[in-house]
Amino acid sequence: MSLIQLPAMISAVPEIFLACAGMIILMIGVFRKTDGTGVLSMATILCFMVAIIAGFLYGGQENAFYGMFITTSFTQFSKSLILVGSILAVVLANDYMKTENAQRFEVPVLILFATLGMMMMVSAGDLIALYIGLELQSLSLYVLAAIRRDSLKSTEAGLKYFVLGALSSGMLLYGASLIYGFSGSTNFLQIADVINEQKDNLSLGILIGLVFLISGLAFKVSAVPFHMWTPDVYEGAPTPITALLAISPKIAALCLFIQVLIGPFSAIIEQWQQIIVFISIASMALGAVAALMQTNIKRLLAYSSIGHMGYALIGLASANEAGISGVLIYLAIYLFMNVGTFGCIMCMRRNGQAVEQISDLAGASKSHPVMAFALLVFMFSMAGIPPLAGFFGKWFIFLAAIEAQLYNLAIIGVISSVVAAFYYLRIIKIMYFDEIVDPLDKGLTKNLRIVIYGSMTLVIIFFLAPGTLVSSAANAAKSLIGVNG
Amino acid sequence: MTDDWPILSLVTFLPLVGCFFILLTRGDDATVARNSRYIALWTSVPTFLISLLIWVKFDPSTANFQMMESIEWIEGTNIGYRMGVDGISIFFVLLSTLLTPICILASWEAIEHRVREYMVAFLILETMMVGMFCALDILVFYIFFEGVLIPMFIIIGVWGGARRVYASFKFFLYTLLGSVLMLIAILVMYFMAGTTDIVALSKLSFPSDIQIWLWLAFFASFAVKVPMWPVHTWLPDAHVEAPTAGSVILAGVLLKMGGYGFLRFSIPMFPEASDFFSPLVFALSVVAIIYTSLVALAQDDLKKLIAYSSVAHMGFVTIGIFTLNSQGLEGAIFQMLSHGIVSGALFLCVGVIYDRMHTREIAAYGGLVNRMPKYALVFMVFTMASVGLPATSGFVGEFLVLLGAFYYNTWLAVFATTGVVLGAAYMLYVYRRIIFGKLEKENLMSISDLSYREIIIFVPLVLLVFWMGVYPAPFLDVMSVSVDNLIKNFNVALENSSVHLASH
Repeated sequence: MSLIQLPAMISAVPEIFLACAGMIILMIGVFRKTDGTGVLSMATILCFMVAIIAGFLYGGQENAFYGMFITTSFTQFSKSLILVGSILAVVLANDYMKTENAQRFEVPVLILFATLGMMMMVSAGDLIALYIGLELQSLSLYVLAAIRRDSLKSTEAGLKYFVLGALSSGMLLYGASLIYGFSGSTNFLQIADVINEQKDNLSLGILIGLVFLISGLAFKVSAVPFHMWTPDVYEGAPTPITALLAISPKIAALCLFIQVLIGPFSAIIEQWQQIIVFISIASMALGAVAALMQTNIKRLLAYSSIGHMGYALIGLASANEAGISGVLIYLAIYLFMNVGTFGCIMCMRRNGQAVEQISDLAGASKSHPVMAFALLVFMFSMAGIPPLAGFFGKWFIFLAAIEAQLYNLAIIGVISSVVAAFYYLRIIKIMYFDEIVDPLDKGLTKNLRIVIYGSMTLVIIFFLAPGTLVSSAANAAKSLIGVNG
Repeated sequence: MTDDWPILSLVTFLPLVGCFFILLTRGDDATVARNSRYIALWTSVPTFLISLLIWVKFDPSTANFQMMESIEWIEGTNIGYRMGVDGISIFFVLLSTLLTPICILASWEAIEHRVREYMVAFLILETMMVGMFCALDILVFYIFFEGVLIPMFIIIGVWGGARRVYASFKFFLYTLLGSVLMLIAILVMYFMAGTTDIVALSKLSFPSDIQIWLWLAFFASFAVKVPMWPVHTWLPDAHVEAPTAGSVILAGVLLKMGGYGFLRFSIPMFPEASDFFSPLVFALSVVAIIYTSLVALAQDDLKKLIAYSSVAHMGFVTIGIFTLNSQGLEGAIFQMLSHGIVSGALFLCVGVIYDRMHTREIAAYGGLVNRMPKYALVFMVFTMASVGLPATSGFVGEFLVLLGAFYYNTWLAVFATTGVVLGAAYMLYVYRRIIFGKLEKENLMSISDLSYREIIIFVPLVLLVFWMGVYPAPFLDVMSVSVDNLIKNFNVALENSSVHLASH
């Protein structure tokens, strides 16, 4: 008989492993005499891969830490996406540090901790666990955004991100405390019970708490009207970090969003649905219109990602199984389109300096035919033109909206996708229709090439076998709705 | 009926194999360009020959889809890769496969830079076009329908004229806006019916109030594609700025996608709405015929003139489709085929002199008959076909459509006929200004007549125009059973709905 009764923790093995591995890698980084950024990056990638496998081995319908930590096929799916996104971000970051000659072993370590936070968020079954995961993720990301201490823009981006992020965390925490105060528990299941009981006579405190909670989460997915930080941070942060910001935290926050709203608050769907519908419409519209005038490609992608989050939120607003699986499919495709696009942006260098203006791409189809073609594919895919992958993401999202009879949302969605198509086309126009003014530097590193070509191939050939992704996303959605519904 | 080997998929995807080989070519620019041209030609010609087999194997005695293929695509969703042709779609497939090698030949010398990309774009375009006409699954159809935009956008934007950027954006965004509304309608249909199989969807009857909305959404897409007045304005820009071969494909095939869409979706799937909206279609078509003919009369730009004439001719097509009698429908299909060949050929004629003089101004030409007798002859044949002179293909289509229109409503026929008169006016007027008169302009003195390559391009088109005009039976026979079946189902659906209403 053991003296201490250990809580069930087997399903949290991937997270526990990552936490330990992260600390070990950090120690190695600190005490190593010579610079080992490359090696540590490799180690981080390896850890992520192990975590993916461990997730499949130890995940399941079992809760750990007294219900604080939930694993379902939904969390498994989203964690795999997050980990793949982070792996690719580490690859990009490693490449970036080499070419910029700014080796910092903290980068892979911080990405690792941020990813750990994201995984905690997704698995959170309790408001406290949620907050811990969210903060672990956010704090690591604030530092990452400001990692170029010698660059004014980068530090500014980090500071902005921090101040606004802290504000949103405060809102979220305030909302959580209200919910706790009025329901008497921080556990999702118990909150759900309380809400189910007082469904017809809901206390205002829970509702206000929910609004604050949604605001905080909307900030993390950069949905309008909590999007203001996005363009500045995207522009200021080093490109691979921007890529990371665009992918993994978005996926994590959106999955958490789903987990919270479809979970404890599923009984009061009519209360939050209109909020989600509103932020979804606002994000799509703003993402489409505001990007039209951008000249910096990273800012443009910031607005584009705001728009994409708007589309993904359609799936959440539908609040049905099709909607959840639609979001997951959308996020999976979004991941590869974005990684590839940021990979292409990292190719944009002139005389050894990174350039970020869209006009710098002029005539890239002649000087960099393959890179330009890849970017063309990503842009058409983001615009949702078949037969590229982006179209299928939109198809499943809009299908969910139709199923939930949110016709207005679907119509506004497709119309804003036409507006958005304009700026995606503009990038293609600059690369293909314009003449070279000042050519970009030749040459791609091997890793960058693998990332770009790999994502491009996936985006192009997705239509050949969409079944695997669709069915596993459907399974994931079923597990979520099945548990709470 | 499943065939031994998937001939439709073969025709659809064979061009992609050519693309693959073009991408493999290595060497300096000149070698790559030459190899790309030949590979593209030697891919598209066999594709055309194989597509002729579809016609040979086609059984015109049944209205069912033939040479069907069906593969499960996305598990558990009832969305499948389904292909098949009937009497309506078969000739559009042939039209696409015929025009592609002709376009490649027409671009042989006209395209000098980025030949490899150009040929790849064209072969992808061919795949998309053929796939679209063969698709029997509404999602597959949509993918091909929209996928056309990508290569066409690139073709106009990279190899186009001075205002190519404006034209390509306008083309893309106009068409996309129409199509996304159709996408919503497709999703609604899929949600209601649980399948995307076109055959199954055609047998369903949607509630009348929903039919209205679905019809409008599909109309938004097809009306832009056809194009119908007032959403035709992208067409003159796209036509003028596109390279010659791009215009040929635009006029020859892409415009037919709209007409084909009406025949495949709007009428069989939403019969009540089609009946309800037919006056609207007639009104827009009549406006298109008269207004754009008048606009064509006033053009100084040769390509723009033919572009506007296309809008007018497609007005006949939409009238024919919505008269919903066999003359009108067969006439509409025949007119689409004829227009595909004739307007394509007219754009090729423009291309011939544009390649020599690099201007499309009508005023820059005159008296070409003196230096270019062969060209004058060819141009005359197509001018007459466009006017609708008996013994050319244009006559059969227009005559049948007018017959159908007359059968439906006398006034409709009267208004539509004015278009024929105006059509004769602008075509003959432009022919006189370019070909006849004295050869006075300095720079025209040394212009050369058609080369062998150009003759090879024109000969099959001239023969087809006369064949279709003198002996249209082989074409009409193939389509008649399918067309009759379409009309029969339409009338049954209308009767059912009126019975349904009466019983309330």
